[in-house]
Amino acid sequence: MIVSRRWLEALLGRALDPQDLERRLGMLGAPVEGIVPLHQDLADVRVARVLEVKQHPNADRLTLCLVDVGGSGGAGPVEVVCGAPNVQAGKKYPYAAVGAVLPGGAKLERKKIRGVESNGMLCSAKELGLGEDHAGILELDTDAPPGTPFLDAYPIADHQIVIEVTANRPDLLCHKGVARELGASLGATIKLPELPVGRSDRRTVGPNYRPAVRRPDRGAVDGVEIRLEDAEGCPRYMAAVIRGVRVGPSPAWLAGRLGNIGQRSINNVVDATNYILFELNQPLHAFDLARLRGPAVVIRRARAGERIVTLDGVERTLTAEMTAICDAERPTIVAGVMGSAESEVTPATTDLVLECAYFQPTRIRRTRRALGLSSESSYRFERGIDLFGMPDALRRAIEAIVAVAGGEVREALDLWPQPIHEKTIFLRPERVAQLLGMTVERRDIEQLLSAIGFVVAPKDSRLAVQVPGWRPDVTHEVDLIEETARLKGYGAFPDELRPYRPGTVPDAPIERAKERVRQAIARGGFYEARTFPLGPADGPDAVEVLNPLSAEEAHLRTRLLPGLVRRVEHNWAGRNRDIRLFEVGTVFRRGTSGVAERTAVAGVLTGARRPPHWTEGAKVPDMDIWDLKHHFELAVRLAAPACHVQPAPGGALGWVAVKRGGGGDDVGGWAGALEADAPVWAAPLFGFEVRLEVVELAPALYRALPVTPPVERDVALVLPPDVTAEAVAGVLHRTSGTLLEALDVFDEYRGPGIPADHRSVAWHLSFRDPGRTLREGEVDKILAAAMRALEDELGVRRRAG
Amino acid sequence: MRDLLAAVHALRERLGEIPQADERRLQDLKTEILGRKAGALTKILGDLPKLQPADRRSVGAAANVLKRDFEAAFAARERDLARASRATVGLDPTMPGRPSWRGGLHLVTQVVAEICDIFRELGFTRAVGPEAETEWYNFGALNFPKDHPAIDVQDSFYLADGLLLRTHTSPVQVRTMEQYRPPIRVVSPGQCYRRDPFDPSHAPVFEQVEGLVVDEGVTFVDLKATLSAFARQFFGPHTATRFSPSYFPFTEPSADMQVSCSVCHGAGCPTCKQTGWMEILGSGMVHPAVLENCRIDPEHYSGFAFGMGPHRIAMVRHGIPDIRLFFEGDVRFLAQFSGEGAP
Ligand SMILES: [Zn+2]
Repeated sequence: MIVSRRWLEALLGRALDPQDLERRLGMLGAPVEGIVPLHQDLADVRVARVLEVKQHPNADRLTLCLVDVGGSGGAGPVEVVCGAPNVQAGKKYPYAAVGAVLPGGAKLERKKIRGVESNGMLCSAKELGLGEDHAGILELDTDAPPGTPFLDAYPIADHQIVIEVTANRPDLLCHKGVARELGASLGATIKLPELPVGRSDRRTVGPNYRPAVRRPDRGAVDGVEIRLEDAEGCPRYMAAVIRGVRVGPSPAWLAGRLGNIGQRSINNVVDATNYILFELNQPLHAFDLARLRGPAVVIRRARAGERIVTLDGVERTLTAEMTAICDAERPTIVAGVMGSAESEVTPATTDLVLECAYFQPTRIRRTRRALGLSSESSYRFERGIDLFGMPDALRRAIEAIVAVAGGEVREALDLWPQPIHEKTIFLRPERVAQLLGMTVERRDIEQLLSAIGFVVAPKDSRLAVQVPGWRPDVTHEVDLIEETARLKGYGAFPDELRPYRPGTVPDAPIERAKERVRQAIARGGFYEARTFPLGPADGPDAVEVLNPLSAEEAHLRTRLLPGLVRRVEHNWAGRNRDIRLFEVGTVFRRGTSGVAERTAVAGVLTGARRPPHWTEGAKVPDMDIWDLKHHFELAVRLAAPACHVQPAPGGALGWVAVKRGGGGDDVGGWAGALEADAPVWAAPLFGFEVRLEVVELAPALYRALPVTPPVERDVALVLPPDVTAEAVAGVLHRTSGTLLEALDVFDEYRGPGIPADHRSVAWHLSFRDPGRTLREGEVDKILAAAMRALEDELGVRRRAG
Repeated sequence: MRDLLAAVHALRERLGEIPQADERRLQDLKTEILGRKAGALTKILGDLPKLQPADRRSVGAAANVLKRDFEAAFAARERDLARASRATVGLDPTMPGRPSWRGGLHLVTQVVAEICDIFRELGFTRAVGPEAETEWYNFGALNFPKDHPAIDVQDSFYLADGLLLRTHTSPVQVRTMEQYRPPIRVVSPGQCYRRDPFDPSHAPVFEQVEGLVVDEGVTFVDLKATLSAFARQFFGPHTATRFSPSYFPFTEPSADMQVSCSVCHGAGCPTCKQTGWMEILGSGMVHPAVLENCRIDPEHYSGFAFGMGPHRIAMVRHGIPDIRLFFEGDVRFLAQFSGEGAP
């Protein structure tokens, strides 16, 4: 919402400082987003008086003016060449000296005009950006002495104050509402300014204007029949007929008022209704009586399929859910949203119907959403306007139209099928203290609420508070408590910590689990990414978003890996080859009932196994499938300790994590090579993803550190095809029992000396008895038994030599 | 036998010569004492068989211990000499050290953890809820009027079956109040969604941390005190706070909290748009209608709630100009906030 400082000043009858305004409004809950000074580009222009006008020696149409430009230092009058026909000695005009910067940014140069040097220039309205008039220079009606800054002398300087208005405060969508709040803060009262009466000599509104005639749902106004058939969509409808208006350009004061809040001037009638809109928050609609068939105005639900060409020139199809203002035949206005091009006020209009209505907010909201069409009016109706302020708004609108466009009003009609009163809410002063934590005196409460238009009366131990129509948001006692706190100022309340009781909610286990996993994976050299969870469908059971921002982002992820792969590609695009990223995040699947959410952990790795170092010179090897397996196993231990890692089924080299004792169906993780859009210089890309299970980890128990020496053996074994290292390790463990403390592969070999298809795998075995020193002979015996078992069961022999 | 024992003791004295020996002297000493043929200690050990068994054991033990000590001393000195010689043959100590790959947590994760940790100190635990929510939990239970412009600022992504992606973590408030009885003190971190296209200051998905306190006699003063205490912990002990009226359907009164700018300390800078203040969070007293929706009697209990955006807070505190950087997964960006300094 943009308000004009000058407009507020007119309502409050006092000068306002924009910075002070910003502070006050912020503390009242209407934060100022910006202050835009207007016409600052006229800062160099000053008031000057023409002392003498002479003919230019070399040009008929030019004059030489002796001009008093004021200023210090006794500079004396200067000579200015002027081309305006209206220049007159003794009058004052805006003057720009040589070097002054004018609107548009041009700097005034010293120059000769037809042989005579001009010391600056006298300016037209157009040159100052104040209008289109450039036939003559702008004559100033001011007492200000020459040399006075133009902006101080001529009432056009203004500030646009951009206010953020929350959805609950429609009252702040007009100058009167903002002034009301400021008035409470400043201790000032508001009064609507007199409307300057222009050229109209037939000012028929005023003392003779009778209040509108109240009827339930039908009546006539000045020969126009008005029927309110949709009282649900339009609880109250007022109308007046104004005859004999002269549609034309707005007077400067009106165009200026609107221009200063960024509204384009259209014509005097439309501008007058807009003026009331921005003054009182009452949208009004003036339409041409001559175009009205009947003549009648019918407020009814639209018929499905009825068409209307709105002011913006678009043909729109209405539905039965919308309210339309119609003549005897067809819709002329989409109620509360926009009128038709056809019924628009034009320069030819002489008689018009002025509509002042209250439309039901949700009806307007649905209508404008369905049509995809918003207007200043719909914005306000949707938030709720002042149902009780309508008669005053209509009256002032008639005044404004007559003031700027002339015309005559005989009567007005007020259709209100089910009149209601302002609501009254009871407020317990002790409840204020209970909720706010500080006592606010009863008198204080009364004063604060009264200052913004609530009517407060004591009722037993309570206060009966009548809520003004412009505050539809105030419906409960707690709303009045908020008003009290707001007007008192939040700063008035202390902020010392008081004792509190501990809560009953346990800390969420999933959050602990995520924390633990994130830290451990980061320690493994991975950076945490947080990827965008929407993308193309990445699985058959991906959850679809019904209203995505784009077709490529229409599904929730079922896995984290695709998102991470896109992030790897992003890093590749930045010419980074060494990438290790992980993510802990939510994944979604269509479940039997709605959406199934899980937390997953995923990592991707590519590039050098460690950073290069000058001592090693040669290129560091790239990470391979074995780096992946290590990180996968770690992730499974961290995130899904109930799973164990086994080779993935199918051809490709990879692994899965399978729930122990789950029969192999319950797969909780996967690891393998990944496809990606990789540059030629990129290293292979690998990734893993594991489902995060929430398990309460038992605290780690101490195991006594060994004091007896180990006995160590290295054995190289020849494995036939299809015999896995895991199978060999299984036999070794089984035959050695608990004495085999550690078993590690340290080499693999294929080639000369080993039968074809066979391979040699070397293990380091470490035996230990925690209770005593093992004898070499014992170990030899164990090993011999193990070798026999290996040969019998797997055909594995010790490698010769 | 006494002679041999005395000889062993005498030899021990010579251990002291080793640490000062240069390379040549070290070789001489080695030959003199441990030399295979004429080494003094070698000889003693060689003479052991001539002794009585009892003497053999005591002298043998002493001699063997001494032999070990000499070997260790020679080895240590050799290492020192070797190291010294390497250092002097032109090693450049300004050459870079040997690095290892580093990793780290995302800045938003860190900020969320920091926020939750501070609230843990203030007696809060963490509560979480689903990201795909019902309209009731996301809007209805939170007192959002149906078909009201208040919903516009939370434009939602809709899923099938009347579900939507939550636009704030406030639904967790409702779920928590349904499941637990007061006193309640929780913060709920989590991912939220709004149908705003990506631009430098908006993202369709963002993190939020919300908080809720419900108990007997909880007041607006408690709200101000708790959130000010948080601000001082997070932004520094000299942080000033100010509260101004705001609007959220689920709180009444509602308040925005601003903190004095952590960059300029109130003097005015681009971060705070020259105001000296930064808006950090929204808050308010829990609306009675919300309590009633959770079957908590608002005449008996009251509470406050608050919510903040870790992305925004991180942008303000770390001078990050564009929210999209958080989602790009650029390792160069992530490494800047690993807490180890940029590589
Ligand atoms: Zn600042």
